[in-house]
Amino acid sequence: MQLTRRNFFKFMGATGASVAVLPSSAQAWQSKAPPDPYGCLVDLTRCNGCRKCEDACSTVNELPPPIKDVCDCTVFEKKRRPDENAFTVVNRYFSGKLDELDKPLPVFVKIQCMHCQDPACVSACIVGALTKKENGAVHYDVSKCIGCRYCMVACPFEIPAYEYHDPITPRVRKCTFCFDRISKDGGLPGCATICPVEAITFGKRNTLLELAKKRIKDNPGKYVDHVYGEKEVGGTSWLYVSSLPFSKLNFPQLPEKPSPKLSETIQHSLFSYLWSPILLFGLLGGIMYKSKKKNDNPQDKGGA
Amino acid sequence: MNHKASPLNRKFWTPGVFVMLVFMIAGFVSIIARFTGGIGYVSNLSTARPWGLWVGVDVATGVALAAGGFTTAALAHIFGCHSYEPIIRPALLTAMLGYTFVVLGLMVDIGRSWAIWKPIFFWNTNSVLFEVAMCVMIYLHVLYFEFIPIVAEQFKNKVRLPGPLALLNAPIDLFLKIADAVAGKIMWILIILGVVLSCMHQSSLGSLMLVAPTKIHPLWYTPILPLLFLTSAFAVGYPMVVFETTLVTSSFKLNSEMSILTPLTRITTFVLGLYMLLKLGDMFIRGTYVYLLDGTYQTNSFIIEMMFGIIVPWLMLVSKKVRQSRKGVFIAATMIVFGVALNRINVFIVGYTSPVSESGYFPSVGEIFVTLGLIATLMFVYRFVVTFLPVLQAPKEVSS
Ligand code: SF4
Ligand code: SF4
Ligand code: SF4
Repeated sequence: MQLTRRNFFKFMGATGASVAVLPSSAQAWQSKAPPDPYGCLVDLTRCNGCRKCEDACSTVNELPPPIKDVCDCTVFEKKRRPDENAFTVVNRYFSGKLDELDKPLPVFVKIQCMHCQDPACVSACIVGALTKKENGAVHYDVSKCIGCRYCMVACPFEIPAYEYHDPITPRVRKCTFCFDRISKDGGLPGCATICPVEAITFGKRNTLLELAKKRIKDNPGKYVDHVYGEKEVGGTSWLYVSSLPFSKLNFPQLPEKPSPKLSETIQHSLFSYLWSPILLFGLLGGIMYKSKKKNDNPQDKGGA
Repeated sequence: MNHKASPLNRKFWTPGVFVMLVFMIAGFVSIIARFTGGIGYVSNLSTARPWGLWVGVDVATGVALAAGGFTTAALAHIFGCHSYEPIIRPALLTAMLGYTFVVLGLMVDIGRSWAIWKPIFFWNTNSVLFEVAMCVMIYLHVLYFEFIPIVAEQFKNKVRLPGPLALLNAPIDLFLKIADAVAGKIMWILIILGVVLSCMHQSSLGSLMLVAPTKIHPLWYTPILPLLFLTSAFAVGYPMVVFETTLVTSSFKLNSEMSILTPLTRITTFVLGLYMLLKLGDMFIRGTYVYLLDGTYQTNSFIIEMMFGIIVPWLMLVSKKVRQSRKGVFIAATMIVFGVALNRINVFIVGYTSPVSESGYFPSVGEIFVTLGLIATLMFVYRFVVTFLPVLQAPKEVSS
C-alpha cells in the first residue's frame, strides 16, 4: 500500500476542507407539495355505477376498452383494482340499508391514483421518472424509468401497476390525471367530463375542500364527517366524501404524516453534502496511517 | 509474513460441480423465459407484491452476506491486524462475486434491464434506492480493482496465449503490469473507499422500506432500521468468512484456519451482542412485543429470526468451549448467517403487507430457479477462480 506521509496529508487536507464547508445543521424536512394544485372531488353518494368514467378514461388514454357488462352488474361481483390496462375502476359495496323496493342499497366507488401532495412514489423513484407537477398531477416519464418498481413498493394506495408480461419495455401504468388535458386552459380529465351525475368535480383542491365540507355541513346525516384525502399521508389531490365510513369501502386507513418524511429526513441528515462518508473516510484514513506507522511493513503490498 | 496464497490446482470437474451445473441450466432456462415472456411469465409478482424473492434474496441478502469483504479489509488493512491476511483474499473474492451476482440478479428483476445505466444520469437524491445503486455500482468497481494484484501475481510475465493470439501476449502483459502498478499505488484509497461505500449502502438497504410505513410490519418497521442493517452487516461479515472458509477448507481438505477464526469470533460476539441489544431495545421502546404472542406467520418468523439467528448463536459464542471448537464455531456462524439472511427476507418479503389486496405471496418455481441458478453459478465461478488463481492459502507442506 502506497500510503506515504505526503500523500496522506494531501488527501486528508482535501477531506477536511470539504467537511468544513458543511452547513451547520441539516435542514428539517419540508413538504414539497404544490401550493395550489388541481384536484377532483368524488361524491360517492352521487355515483350510480354507470362506469362511463372507465370508458372515458380508456378512450382519452388509448387503453383497451373496459370489460363489457353483459347482463346487469356481473362486473361488480368481484372487486377489481386498477391495472396496466385500466387506470380507473368502479367497485360496488353494500351499505346494509334497503331502498324503497327492499333491495340492498349499493355504494359505488371509483378508484384511481390519488395524486398525493407528497407522493411516496415520487420520493422513491430512483431516476425521478415520477414527478409531482404544479397542477397536481403525478406524472410518469417512461423514458427515464428502469423498471425497478420501487414506486409500487412505496405507494400507500397500491396504485401503480406494471406491464409484467412485456419482457423488454414494460411500463409503470397509472392514472395520469389526464396531465396533457388539464395542462390546457379549461381542460378537464376524461372521467370528470363524462360523469352524468356530476359525482366527479374537477377544480382547485382548496376550493374542492371547501365544497366538500359545505356538502357535509348542509346535508346533516347524509355524509360521514370525513373528507378522505384531506389529511391522509399529508393530503391528496383527489378527495372523497361518502355516506359510509371509508374503512368499509376498502380505503386504506392511513396516518397524516406524509410517507416519504422519515426516509427523506434520515437520508438527507446523513448524506447531504456527503458529510458523513467524507468524515468516515478521513477517520479511517487516520487510523490506517497510524496503524501502518506502528507496524511498519515496507513490502506489504496488500494481497487485496 | 508466512501467508502465501496459491492456486489449488486440483481436479475441477467433481460430482459437486455437475450438481451446480444442473441448477445453472435450470436457472438459465428460467432467465430465458423471463426475457421472452416477461417477468409475469415466470414470477408471482403483482401490483400488490412488486418485490419478491429476487429483491429479498438475490439483492438484499446477497449484499448482506458479501459484507465479509469490507469487514476483513477494514480489520487487516485499516486496523492493521495482519494476522488475518490469509482470509482477506477469500473474503474479497466472495464480495466481488457476491456483488457481481447482486447486479446480475437486479438485471433479471428490473423491467428494463437495458436501462440500468440511467441512474448515473438521472438523479433523485430523495430516493434511497438511488443512493444504494450508486454505492453498489462504485463499490463493485472498487472490488474489481482490489482483485487486480491477485490476477497479476499469477499471470505477470506469464501470459502465454496459444496460436495466433500469441500476438496479444505482450500487450496484455503490459496492461497487467500497468494495472497492477496503478492498483498498488492507490490501493489504500480503494480500501478505505470500499469500507465507506459499504457502510453507506449496507445501512441504506435498511432505509429502503422506510418509505412504506403502512406496509411493513411494526416488528421490523423502525426508524433505526438503517442502523440495524449496518450492525447486522458488521456482525455477519466474520461468520460468513468462517462459514465459507470452513466449507472450503474441508471440501478441499486444506488446513483449518482455526487460529485466525477464533479471534475473529470474539469480535463477532461483541458486534452480535450489540445488534441483539439494539433489536431488543427497539422492541421494548416501541412496545412491539405486544405482537409476539399473536401467532401470525409474520410474528413466528420474527421469533425464529431472534432466537435462532441472534440469541442462541450469541450465547454459544459467549462460551469459551464453543469458541475453541471448530464445529461449535461453524454451527454458531451458520446460525448467524441464517439469522441475517432471514432478517432481510423478513423485512423485504415476510413483513410486507399490501394495503388493499390480499397478497399471499410465495415465489414461483421460475423465481426459485433463477435464484438457485445464480447461487450455483456463483459457487461455480468461485471454485474456478480458487482452482486457478492464488486465493486460498496453500497447504502447509507446500508453503513451509
Ligand atoms: S396514490 Fe400512489 S401512485 Fe398515486 S401519487 Fe400517491 S403514491 Fe403515487
Ligand atoms: S419502476 Fe420506474 S417509475 Fe417506478 S420507481 Fe422504478 S424507475 Fe421510477
Ligand atoms: S383523471 Fe384521466 S387518467 Fe385519471 S382516471 Fe380520470 S380519465 Fe383516467
